[in-house]
Amino acid sequence: MEKTARPKKTFAEKVRLEIKNCGALYVMALPVFLFYLLFRYIPMIGTVMAFQKFNIAKGLFGSPWIGFNNFITFFNSYYFARLMRNTVLISLADLLFNFPAPIIFALLLNEVNRKWFKKAVQTISYMPYFVSIVVLCGLVIDFCEAGGVISNIASIFLGDQVNLLSKPEYFRTIFVASNIWQGLGYGSIVYIAALTNVDQELYEAAVIDGAGRWKQTLHVTIPSIVPTIVILLILRMGSILDVGYEKVMLLYNPATYETADVISTFVYRKGFVDYDYGYSTAVGLFNSVINLCLLTLTNLISRKVGEVSLF
Amino acid sequence: MAMVQRNTVSRKVFVAINTLLMAGIAFVCLAPFWHVLMASVSDPAMVEVNKSLILWPLGKTSIKAYQLVFSNDNIFIGYRNTLFYVIVGTVISAMMSSLAGYVMSRKRCRWRGAFAFYITFTMMFHAGMIPTFIMVKNYGLVNTRWAVILPTAVSVYNTIIMRTSIAAVPDSLEESAHIDGAGDWTILFRIILPLVKSTFAVIVLFYAVSKWNAWFDAMIYLTQRRDLYPLQLFLREILVQAKAASSADSEVVLYETLQKYATIIVSTLPILCIYPFVQKYFVQGVMIGSVKG
Repeated sequence: MEKTARPKKTFAEKVRLEIKNCGALYVMALPVFLFYLLFRYIPMIGTVMAFQKFNIAKGLFGSPWIGFNNFITFFNSYYFARLMRNTVLISLADLLFNFPAPIIFALLLNEVNRKWFKKAVQTISYMPYFVSIVVLCGLVIDFCEAGGVISNIASIFLGDQVNLLSKPEYFRTIFVASNIWQGLGYGSIVYIAALTNVDQELYEAAVIDGAGRWKQTLHVTIPSIVPTIVILLILRMGSILDVGYEKVMLLYNPATYETADVISTFVYRKGFVDYDYGYSTAVGLFNSVINLCLLTLTNLISRKVGEVSLF
Repeated sequence: MAMVQRNTVSRKVFVAINTLLMAGIAFVCLAPFWHVLMASVSDPAMVEVNKSLILWPLGKTSIKAYQLVFSNDNIFIGYRNTLFYVIVGTVISAMMSSLAGYVMSRKRCRWRGAFAFYITFTMMFHAGMIPTFIMVKNYGLVNTRWAVILPTAVSVYNTIIMRTSIAAVPDSLEESAHIDGAGDWTILFRIILPLVKSTFAVIVLFYAVSKWNAWFDAMIYLTQRRDLYPLQLFLREILVQAKAASSADSEVVLYETLQKYATIIVSTLPILCIYPFVQKYFVQGVMIGSVKG
């Protein structure tokens, strides 16, 4: 930064120097700058719709202002509690099962001695990750239909062949289980890599101290992947209200809204099905603000605890 | 990866159970595809009453379902559009991320901190679905191919991966090129990108996969242009909304389920054939991403 102590360069000279030094950089940054301006920042102006009784004919500047009415309507509605409960529960259930699963898988795979077998299991376990989300949901729907493979297996416990996706009580289980199926192998990549980097001397030292396999795992293997676990957990915590809504949209139906409807899917229906733009924007803005708070909080925590920072 | 061995009985029992468990996981990962593949060439009437995993074709083997799938233009239109979105979209996205990553890692650029904040802030705060939709509509992009490509052109995450990688290239290379009279464009494309080509490959793959998977934006932006639909939107109609081509033809009705299965195979098999060869880039990508998020 230029200090006032050297007043010799005129403004025009400074501009010329900056163009000479960094002109190309400005040109390079321009497309990305414009992208964020047009598709991320300018739409933020549109969030004022949340405070309007928005009418598409009157536009952003002509629609009447109604203050916090949209928010008050939302908070007082039957949907508020349901959406918060569903969003948080689906997200927490996903975190609870989907976070440890790849760690356990990586630890167990690490115990396999035959190289070819290990490699084969690993490669096959990545496969579901490469199936598109629409096809994944197509598979889930087909398997969970009455007479489908999964529904047939479940009938042993339920006694009855039912379409599992029409029962609100099973939605979360199906959502989380299909996430595990798709993400188990891919999620384990980072842990498997961390495990191969463990210093062999640590194991040798542990054996000299009389540690068996279990003790070696407990005192050498697991501590070595704890930093990775902490970083990934912190990253994951920040997006607790960011449920994979595209997947929810593909799997839910009016019969399961009771447990499946989340904030984002509600925003979608209010906006694109009911055309209630102002209300939909208000609910979306509420979600964005909560997300911002959560991210700021996790960032603070991660700076203190993990010495990593997201931003 | 070998811990120090001790062959006790309990160890042997553990190894046996663990091997079975791993084989079981591999089976569960593979089984749905195998089931769908086998069912797709089975006798449709037998698939209709079948309730368990199909491990070999039921009844008389036929490829009738595939003939029906290929007689449906939508799959071709979808494939063609998706190829366009994946190729053109990925080229644009990877270029933009490389340019931004380069600018953000130049120490002589006095705005680089502000620029980085400008980009990462959008990760923390979203304008939301409706305001974004209305602006894209105002720009006149709705019902054009660009509505699928432009609004998601740059990913913050991929850009940061690129910046981290470019920043690790020693400054001396840039300085010597600069003395030889090379400008920023030459330095980026001739010196930096070849040096970080594995990271570049990673972001190309990440972008390509996300564009291959995408359907939501196309659904809200291409309401009146079915001819621009990506493959995934047609798949959604067939697999999720179960919109069968309403037909009086009893054969089409009979083959409805099998056609679904054949569609899954036709739309997924190419990817499943490619992924074992590109998986190492994903492994790299996950590693780069976890070092600095």
